Amino acid sequence: MSIISISGLTVDLGNQRILDGVDLDVDAGEWINVIGPNGAGKTTMLRSLLGTVEHTGTVELDGTRPTKPIERARRLAYVPQSPVIPGGMLVGDYVLLGRTPHRGVFDRDSNTDCNVAMDVLTRLDLAAFTMREVGSLSGGERQRVVLARALAQQADIVLLDEPTTALDLGHQQEVLDLVESLRRDRGLTVVATLHDLTLAARYGDRIAVLSGGRIVETGSPSAVLTAATIAEHFGATVRIIDDPDGPVIVPTTGVPQ
Amino acid sequence: MTDTSAAGIGEEPLQVARLGPGALVAGLVAVVGAMVIGMALGPVDISPKLIVYELLDDLPLIELDSGLSAQRVAIIEQIRLPRVVLGFLVGATLSVSGAAYQGAFRNPLADPYLLGIAAGAGLGATLAITQDWGDGGGFTDPVPLAAFGGALVAVVLSYTAGHIGGRSTASLVLAGVAVASFLTAAQTYVLQANSDAFREVYAWILGRIATSGWSEVVLMVPYFLLAAGIVFRYRRALDVLAVGDEEAQALGLEPRKIRAIVVLAASLGAAAAVSVSGLIGFVGIIVPHAVRLAFGASHRVLIPLSILFGGAFMVLADLAARTVVEPAELPIGVVTAFFGAPFFVLVLRTSRRSVW
Repeated sequence: MSIISISGLTVDLGNQRILDGVDLDVDAGEWINVIGPNGAGKTTMLRSLLGTVEHTGTVELDGTRPTKPIERARRLAYVPQSPVIPGGMLVGDYVLLGRTPHRGVFDRDSNTDCNVAMDVLTRLDLAAFTMREVGSLSGGERQRVVLARALAQQADIVLLDEPTTALDLGHQQEVLDLVESLRRDRGLTVVATLHDLTLAARYGDRIAVLSGGRIVETGSPSAVLTAATIAEHFGATVRIIDDPDGPVIVPTTGVPQ
Repeated sequence: MTDTSAAGIGEEPLQVARLGPGALVAGLVAVVGAMVIGMALGPVDISPKLIVYELLDDLPLIELDSGLSAQRVAIIEQIRLPRVVLGFLVGATLSVSGAAYQGAFRNPLADPYLLGIAAGAGLGATLAITQDWGDGGGFTDPVPLAAFGGALVAVVLSYTAGHIGGRSTASLVLAGVAVASFLTAAQTYVLQANSDAFREVYAWILGRIATSGWSEVVLMVPYFLLAAGIVFRYRRALDVLAVGDEEAQALGLEPRKIRAIVVLAASLGAAAAVSVSGLIGFVGIIVPHAVRLAFGASHRVLIPLSILFGGAFMVLADLAARTVVEPAELPIGVVTAFFGAPFFVLVLRTSRRSVW
């Protein structure tokens, strides 16, 4: 059975239909990248999984529909595209926020909570940062701290919304490599949205194209990322270079020579 | 991985924001010190040492002879002690309410009067004063009752109007602005129609920690306990709300429900404080910010220390209010701003923390 099963997911914001009957199944342990043009509804789709946006249709996790935020939070960890970084909050405290679904609203952090947070911080090479303020870190460090908070949740599904935005190439690679190694170690299921199609082809098993409020194609990177598909849904003219690690998408100038 | 990982799980304890014993002791010392000084100084000066003896003597199992005359004991126990206790309760409630509002709305400018409490209480008090709703003292004094009622009406109106306009915190804040403007307009109209009451209303608005024995303290205690207790209980949830509603919900909380509980508890406390002491401004903003700058922004530290330092600050402000121009009294709202503002600028300039 699929770990995530989405069917007929429809979201209206104001008078505008953002998602119009999305169907998607994700297998346990799989990494799926959702791609699509700006405004296609990628973030809205992740928010529907989190239950933070009103929707119709069904979202099931292991065949059941979670209703309370805390039930979802124990299954789904979320790395938003632009996380809110609270002023003055220390890295250690920020990562401990990830333990919220495992303790009562009024409970203090248990030893287990602190150990899990410290473990994640160590794993992400952030142990030296625990007493630093999150707001004082560089973009790459901050992204790792946000990822650390999500991992401290110990959810089996991680939702990443444009995790590489605002990162240079080296840090993009670092973050995605880290997710990949954690996926292997812990059997995480990863649903990510990515703008960089070549990166989307390198990392993950499958690509789903979200366009016009629906999933229009899913499949392996080399099957989905064709010049024709990209032209149709992104309005871009590209050349695809086959590389052993997956297709490389090269934009060609739209101006005739 | 670097050698930090070699240390293994659990060997290095995670260092996080906690209320350290030093900060807690500093807060308690401030409270006790402010209260003893507040009781020592006045038209009749009494030695702080003898005051401490006299109060300890009142405790069970302690026998101490202060040697004070019965008249001085009465000054301490029936006039000054209730006044410093009320000052503590009002200051503590206003600061903890301010800290709660700032956390719940994620807005550094939020104060306990954000949802129209000041305007509502002002209208209530103005009506009670101008319409001659009786002249009882203590429990039956109509002015605090009307102020309390007006403040609660304002909060209910703001919450109702805010929900009509959407469910964001911004719509709630804007509803508060609208409700406050409306109630202020109504209050101004009532006052204009009864201009002979102008002085009395104005004096009430500027605030005064005035007591007639212990009755105001008895009135205030349950609201202080309710507001401070609930906000304290939700201090960890307020830390989670700092990442915004969407992420807080993704972390398993129900942010709107938590905000409603915290804001209503804080409002109830602020309404009670306003009803016994008038519209004392500034405390709900300045004390929590000074605590953040000095001790850190985590609500686990901020909430308990706002209670202690807010209470101590108000006791000292009241002391200044009644001694600076003896035998007359300054309005306490004037004192809190006049001494509080320069102090806050000092804290702002010396702090290296970035808390917002």
